[in-house]
Amino acid sequence: MCLAIPARVVELQAGDSAVVALEGVKKRISLALVEDVAIGDYVLIHVGYALHKVSPEEAARTLELMAEAGVLAEELAEIGESAA
Amino acid sequence: MKYVDEFRDRNLAGKLAGAIAAEADPARHYYLMEFCGGHTHAIFRYGVQDLMPDNVTFVHGPGCPVCVLPVRRLDDAVELAEHHGVILCTYGDMMRLPGTRQRSLIRAKADGADIRMVYSTADALKIARDNPDREVVFFAIGFETTTPPTAVAILQAEAEGLSNFSVFCNHVLTPAAIGHVLGSPDPRDPEKVRIDGFLGPSHVSAVIGSRPYEAGADLYRKPVVIAGFEPLDVMQSVLMLIRQINEGRYEVENQYTRVVTREGNQKAQALVDKVMERRDAFEWRGLGMVPDSALKIRECYAAFDAEQRFEISKKTSREVKSCECPAILRGAKKPTDCKLFGTVCTPDSPMGSCMVSSEGACAAYWSYGRFREPARKKEAVA
Amino acid sequence: MNRIDDRLSFRTGSVDMTHGGGGRAMADLIRDLFHRHLANPILDQGHDAALFDVPAGRLVMSTDGHVVSPLFFPGGDIGALAVHGTLNDVAMAGAKPLYMTAGFILEEGFPLADLERIVLSMAHAAREADVPIVTGDTKVVEKGKGDGVFITTTGLGVVPDGVHIAAQNARPGQAILVSGSLGDHGVAILSKRENLEFETGIRSDSAALHTLVAAMVEEVPGIAVLRDPTRGGLAATLNEIARTARVGMVLDEAVIPVKPDVAAACELLGLDPLHVANEGKLICLCAAEDAERLLAVMRRHPLGEHAAVIGEVVEDETGLVRMKTGFGGQRIVDWLAGEQLPRIC
Repeated sequence: MCLAIPARVVELQAGDSAVVALEGVKKRISLALVEDVAIGDYVLIHVGYALHKVSPEEAARTLELMAEAGVLAEELAEIGESAA
Repeated sequence: MKYVDEFRDRNLAGKLAGAIAAEADPARHYYLMEFCGGHTHAIFRYGVQDLMPDNVTFVHGPGCPVCVLPVRRLDDAVELAEHHGVILCTYGDMMRLPGTRQRSLIRAKADGADIRMVYSTADALKIARDNPDREVVFFAIGFETTTPPTAVAILQAEAEGLSNFSVFCNHVLTPAAIGHVLGSPDPRDPEKVRIDGFLGPSHVSAVIGSRPYEAGADLYRKPVVIAGFEPLDVMQSVLMLIRQINEGRYEVENQYTRVVTREGNQKAQALVDKVMERRDAFEWRGLGMVPDSALKIRECYAAFDAEQRFEISKKTSREVKSCECPAILRGAKKPTDCKLFGTVCTPDSPMGSCMVSSEGACAAYWSYGRFREPARKKEAVA
Repeated sequence: MNRIDDRLSFRTGSVDMTHGGGGRAMADLIRDLFHRHLANPILDQGHDAALFDVPAGRLVMSTDGHVVSPLFFPGGDIGALAVHGTLNDVAMAGAKPLYMTAGFILEEGFPLADLERIVLSMAHAAREADVPIVTGDTKVVEKGKGDGVFITTTGLGVVPDGVHIAAQNARPGQAILVSGSLGDHGVAILSKRENLEFETGIRSDSAALHTLVAAMVEEVPGIAVLRDPTRGGLAATLNEIARTARVGMVLDEAVIPVKPDVAAACELLGLDPLHVANEGKLICLCAAEDAERLLAVMRRHPLGEHAAVIGEVVEDETGLVRMKTGFGGQRIVDWLAGEQLPRIC
């Protein structure tokens, strides 16, 4: 459930509002649920509200882990093949 | 789209598929419940199950707030619109949900009730401001992801002195539901669901954190991996679950680290806590009465509580007899096990909530996979 | 100021019941608005019915009601949409459009300035397409009984010899082509709907496709099927064809053209671009060996620049449309029950 999408903050506005952009599509959303948001940050948007900031470091790390898992699997497969 | 496209990458998918195949023990069968309807939708939309080995099966869980809304609550919402003359604001997901005698919001709207679809609670507040001499009720549904926006709306209405705005609150809680699915069924019950591990919800967890699942994982000795929303996240989470199961661990792990922390969004949690409190129990479609599983608006905000503001009649609500949504929601049956599936019950004429909601198991099966069954791999009993 | 002058003031006036009453006010409206802007030799005959010759051959006729809301949207309006829509319906039979009609149902109170804008837009679209609007009708309904304006258009065209285009002609082995990016129109409309406002540069793709079709049919007269994926999007159209011809289809998601901002808007609202309406695109089924040539012809035309082969027709009595996802899995592309609604879950 809970369709939420990461989008980049491009403008901060009064009253806890901000404008986010996703590939050139801009939408005004509320920052009432988050803190310390700066222009350039990515936030997770759900029903017109930012729910959480997206961590670029963690995102990169997750992708690395995925790639590593793949490499490990390939290595295991190779080992399996050469042993056969 | 940044933070989206990278997590849908086909090459990484192939790699993870290889890793899962390598680590899944051929002597075992892994039944993994994805609690969240959004994950069900993602699995079917991207065809993730095609990349799984034969001995990994997804069991679809009840994490679809539209699906688990009891018929009576929907009938109440229809009544508010039809007999109390309010402007009823609702998210799009609820429009086609059939109530008693198949009466849905979209039917009521066609018959003249003032029902308006909104994308956000902010839109509902605007409608209230623009129509000062009409009562505006926001039909609030959703798990913990969607609850904070409702809380903010109530606080905003209070700050502005809006006297014509109220909320019909049907927010429900995830950990209680997971516990209920795991804990309640009789071990001798033929419909008891075999679940070896959980894929935990992405965005609920962004709000509540990973901590609330720890008690359940410990109590029921089942591993939980909080999984991100994209298909690669689902696959990596499957890998993490398989590892836990193989190693006999039952921990709460977080795969969705780019958004989820152990403590979650405490600002959002505090706002919810200010405005709402737990109900003793709440009826869930399919699960029956579940204690401690839903929220109501606090007494001090009674002016914004539609249940206090309006006299909603007690009525007998009825579900369609042969509808297997209850069993399907618990993961005990598959949509194809239901007599009505594909015959009487289709997206054109839905009999139950699982077919209406875009992430209900039946809708997902129908839209994405209904002819898959004959080609389905055999399931070993491990 | 004279009452009649007021009524005909296109700056400040609005439609009232006398405009549909058959009296002088109505005649003035027809003369000063419709005839003035839509002028062409047949319309100028001044008869109620249009009188013209038709070439020998098979004729095609198509009619459409247009009820779009909002009336004005990025990239178009109800007027242009009406003209393009009917021209396209005729073109999808492989026909060259010859004449069009336009009927208007106006709601009391509708601003004449808006009506003039719409009629000008229709005139422009008709002139660009070189297809005259030869006759029409106007009625007025009471306030509250219409959505501003409803337009009905009918088109007449002639099918060249040797061209036989129909859904029944779909056969296993054929290639499935699309003329360009999907979802533009539906998203442009949604961006202007109340309660869903988001800012975007996305414009409706509303366009008349008959010259593209003419070029395609000239290159490959044996084209099997042509359809424009309007309401319900690509998914509805392909499912319709599959069901009619009792064939299956397999698509490749990775090559289906969708603009990045359209994809983003769909993500934001929980919509699937395959179910979103298009008003300036066509789907074509042709023999596999003709696909390359056809693609080349399409890409040379301004409305087919981003044409692509997106799949093939297969044997399948059940009429299922399947798709290889960009992710490497498989899914079914289904036919939605009703309009796709934005969702939160």
